[in-house]
Amino acid sequence: MAETRPPFQEDDAEDLYENAPCGHLSTLLDGTIVRVNRTFLTWTGLRAEDVVGRKRFQELLTPGGRIFYETHYAPLLRMQGEVREIAVDLVGAGDRTVPALVNSTVKRDPDGNIVLIRTAVFQATDRREYERELLWARQRAEESEARARSLAQTLQSTFIPPAPPAIPGLDVGAVYRPAGDGDEVGGDFYDVFQTGRGRWAVVVGDVCGKGADAATVTALARYTVRTAVMRTRRPRAVLNTLNQALLRHPSERFCTAVYGAVHQRPGGGFRITLASGGHPLPLLHSSRDAGVSSIGRSGTVLGVVEDPELKETSVDVEPRDVVAFYTDGVTEARRGDDFFGEERLRSLVARHNDADAPSIARQIVDEVVEFQAHQPRDDVAVVTLKVPPRQ
Amino acid sequence: MMFAHGFGCDQNMWRFVTPAFERDHRVVLFDHVGSGCSDLSAYSRDKYASLHGYAGDILELCRELDLEDVVFVGHSVASMMGVLAAAAEPERFASLILIGPSPRYIDDGPYETGFSRADIDGLLDALDSNYLGWSRKMAPLIMGNPERPELGEELTNSFCRTDPEITRHFARVTFLSDNRSDLEKVDVPTLILQCSEDAIAPRAVGEYVHRHIPRSELVLMRATGHCPNLSAPEETVAAITSFLSTDDDRAGARRG
Repeated sequence: MAETRPPFQEDDAEDLYENAPCGHLSTLLDGTIVRVNRTFLTWTGLRAEDVVGRKRFQELLTPGGRIFYETHYAPLLRMQGEVREIAVDLVGAGDRTVPALVNSTVKRDPDGNIVLIRTAVFQATDRREYERELLWARQRAEESEARARSLAQTLQSTFIPPAPPAIPGLDVGAVYRPAGDGDEVGGDFYDVFQTGRGRWAVVVGDVCGKGADAATVTALARYTVRTAVMRTRRPRAVLNTLNQALLRHPSERFCTAVYGAVHQRPGGGFRITLASGGHPLPLLHSSRDAGVSSIGRSGTVLGVVEDPELKETSVDVEPRDVVAFYTDGVTEARRGDDFFGEERLRSLVARHNDADAPSIARQIVDEVVEFQAHQPRDDVAVVTLKVPPRQ
Repeated sequence: MMFAHGFGCDQNMWRFVTPAFERDHRVVLFDHVGSGCSDLSAYSRDKYASLHGYAGDILELCRELDLEDVVFVGHSVASMMGVLAAAAEPERFASLILIGPSPRYIDDGPYETGFSRADIDGLLDALDSNYLGWSRKMAPLIMGNPERPELGEELTNSFCRTDPEITRHFARVTFLSDNRSDLEKVDVPTLILQCSEDAIAPRAVGEYVHRHIPRSELVLMRATGHCPNLSAPEETVAAITSFLSTDDDRAGARRG
């Protein structure tokens, strides 16, 4: 009776090579294929006689893949002696593309010289397709993130004038810094505009909350103030109109704002009449006594009650006086348990009162941002006015 | 001697070549900004939107290290960086050695390279599929520790690893560049090392470079592929050494 081999007989090496579950290539250093297994030929549809001794491995790649081979694959193989998990597209018979992952190792002679490169090829059609989709999803996510950021910035830019107007005899500075990286719309707004001959308006406000919903209210607030001023220049009346507009808006959002009517006095200097609807009061640095005081009286937040309490106050500003309007992003800036606070702001204004208005505004915002390690949690808006010294 | 690596890996590309020159030369090795262990935060898309940005860095290195009589050895795209640098400040350079240079990688009428614009897009796809040694997990370590190369050595493919966005941009700038009109501005002795069977910089391109650089010498190498500095370091060293010695003779003859 003929000898029968048990079924768990050790695998035959030759058969394993030819029919391994991966393609296999042996190439010379220049890539010339000297041996190839049956699995590889089956996957690619190539014939051994067209490949062995006739083709280089890199010639079986797409042109882009060939550049990658020369600039990455081959150098890495020389330097490391092996390369793993490289994704390539093999071009088989009839230009069929076989997406694959390949590993290569080198065989050395006893002197350590590389004599052969051995490459295992794993067909990876589904996996590569999946990777491509992940990559595509990531690219789309990055694109839509960039779109959202630019949309937020565009929207935000409508809450502030492109540049404060030039007011004869009055130096104006304005700086706005959005929260965090600036990819979200905040609720701060400000405006400086002419209301008549020798008359100007300064408004600084803050709509509660962030995001698109808050943004619609912020836009409403800024344009309501502009429109209200066409009928009245009384600060109380302007803020009352804004209050009515907010109450009628379907959103539940409220807003704080300070409105200052600025007019040139015949004898020089300016008079500012202002009212505040729950907004931090502006600071005045007086050149006469070098003291810093807040101006105006605090009123009711806007958009909450029908009849807010709003009071008007007037102050005269003289040459070298500085007035600073700001939002609570300045005073409520936090570092751990520590708030930036009004005291810091007062001494900051006092320290820099010699500078011009734009520099003072820039200085305040810079210090506030730095106080929060350059990641402010809230928007910061500052508008400064300064009567330049008499020449 | 200053060695500049090309697109793909880093200064490790020169590891088999530089030892031969260390005795007689001061050897300067560096990674281009955006490659290898360079400070990636110094990378700027605007500055490196053309090879002139890299050429500017080469000149800055020369000034910073106070180098004169520089023998500039550039591999692949770094050849053209050297061409631009030498055209701008010829007095700095003693000679140029260009390994596998190509002033333009894409076919243009009778100027044939074997690559089309679409092939370059294919390369960008290949790069996208191979973020070598670069993942969300590893990137912060790599970015934060340029001074710790030992960290890199534990990583596979570390010689060719870099930020994928930068690699894409560098690939675009490299393979879409066209510096053919800059070749004739080179006025220093130049050696062109041309491999046989170089898929990226074919022989016709090497000959084109030779025809357009006035004082150039073309050496056809037995080595195949695009990186003779790795695959045939002895032949590369021999070709450079022989060029430098005849170049010395020329200089001696001029002086004498």
